[in-house]
Amino acid sequence: MTSLKPVHFLNGILSLALIAAFSSRAGAQDVPDVGPHPPQPLKAMESHIGNLTGHSKDAASDYRRYCAGCHGELGDGQGENTVWLDPKPRDFTMATFKCRSTPTGTLPTDEDLFNTIGRGLTNSNMPIWNTFTRQQRADLVAYIKTFSPRWEKEKPGDPIKIPAEPAVTMESISHGKYLFTKLECWKCHGPQGKGDGPSAATLTDSKDNPIRPYNFAAGKDDSRFKCGSTNEDIYKIFITGVDGTPMPSFGDVIQPNDAWDLVHFLRTLQVNRHGKENEILKAAGWKIPTYVEKQSSTNPAPANQTTGGGN
Amino acid sequence: MRAQRMWLALLAPLVIPALMFGGTISGKVTYTGTPAKQKPIDMGKEPSCAKQHATAVTTETVVTGPNNILENVVVYVSAGADDANAPAQAVTFTQKGCQYLPHVLAMHTGQELDVLNADQTSHNIHPLAKVNREWNKSQPPGSPPIKDKWDQPEFVEVKCNIHPWMHGWFAVMKTNHYSVTGDNGSFSLPNLPPGKYTITAWHESYGTKTADVTITGTETKTIDFSFTAKPY
Repeated sequence: MTSLKPVHFLNGILSLALIAAFSSRAGAQDVPDVGPHPPQPLKAMESHIGNLTGHSKDAASDYRRYCAGCHGELGDGQGENTVWLDPKPRDFTMATFKCRSTPTGTLPTDEDLFNTIGRGLTNSNMPIWNTFTRQQRADLVAYIKTFSPRWEKEKPGDPIKIPAEPAVTMESISHGKYLFTKLECWKCHGPQGKGDGPSAATLTDSKDNPIRPYNFAAGKDDSRFKCGSTNEDIYKIFITGVDGTPMPSFGDVIQPNDAWDLVHFLRTLQVNRHGKENEILKAAGWKIPTYVEKQSSTNPAPANQTTGGGN
Repeated sequence: MRAQRMWLALLAPLVIPALMFGGTISGKVTYTGTPAKQKPIDMGKEPSCAKQHATAVTTETVVTGPNNILENVVVYVSAGADDANAPAQAVTFTQKGCQYLPHVLAMHTGQELDVLNADQTSHNIHPLAKVNREWNKSQPPGSPPIKDKWDQPEFVEVKCNIHPWMHGWFAVMKTNHYSVTGDNGSFSLPNLPPGKYTITAWHESYGTKTADVTITGTETKTIDFSFTAKPY
């Protein structure tokens, strides 16, 4: 091994430093990158809804024409209309979605997104896109999935299981009312479901924008919920939660049959709606008997079927 | 190579205790300037929580102690340490008196997190994760603990939408070498084998500070962090 003279070594370092300094001056390091950027090619994605396959590349023009105005060219929810909208359009780069059949904190299924496009979101500016063909919707679902790398890394959650709906009875309504009180749904939705609970005024979504809890009492025969209009949809909403909003998942704390009782009670909060629940209530003179807690020896698994439990 | 190994073998009795016990990096976290005055919290809408507090409750975005001590600072090895496995025991995050105990909970990626509700009211636990996945779960009184774990290192803001004053943090680390300052403002990172480390101190309102520290044996190196407090 030859010895390296300190002087030579120092010389080397000095000249290296000079070269580095010179090249950085001469290079484009200090100058901002001026000029247009070619659009980044998005990674192609697919969607699968039943036997339909959607392709993101086929949705590019539809997305620009119909979606980008609100959701933004980059899918970040910053379209040119966004400043005028409340609630704000979804930011697809977060991959957090309100209407899912899957547990809180998981990606929705392709079908969930497909249904959301076709159904629209009530009390928002998202219309019912029933002008699209099924193929167009499937292609748009695939397109939405190009905006977040989560769609490549993660799989959608397992859809929750919804047991068959039992018959509506005064007992189920009464027990549902008991649960509405016990689970403190009224803290946000209000004692009469008018969306005026004690916590309603301070609610914000995950981007700190003010958000209103759902007003059940405004419901009429054609009323819709955020994620659908059927009894199954109500069941799904409170079991999965509405991600990105203050509405939590109750999947770990409600058992399937209890959940149906809660659905039946929630229907009675829609006082102007004609349905089985209100017929039963009307026949009883609009009085719900107080639910008496039964002593049950069994403790069935909650609706989310988690393995956790214990104390 | 062979010579090196021989030396290692000879040095083993000296080196192994150093590896087992290693060096320690410790110090204090303080602030300069005037911190923002914490806002009073009115728990009037939740009497079961309000009655648990004999003294006035305030927000906890900046918690200080005597001699300019800064609490709730996560001090951790951000570079240099091996990515050790998550400890087997769970960490616990308790909702009590409509507050989070602790206000800042540090844990390892993949470590079990148990969220407990010790109150007589429902809470919803809403970690606003951005790198990890955001979720939001209801936890009525008497429910079993919510069990979860986080995959990616991140400082995750946690809130309860029902009680808007409830605000805390999950500090998800990819290292086991972390410490959260308490009411004496001090931290200690023991069991560090010889090496070069980057130490980061994180505060929810004042951001991060870093320092580079080299550990050669079983010594204790002292470094102090000072944050500039903002009055608003």
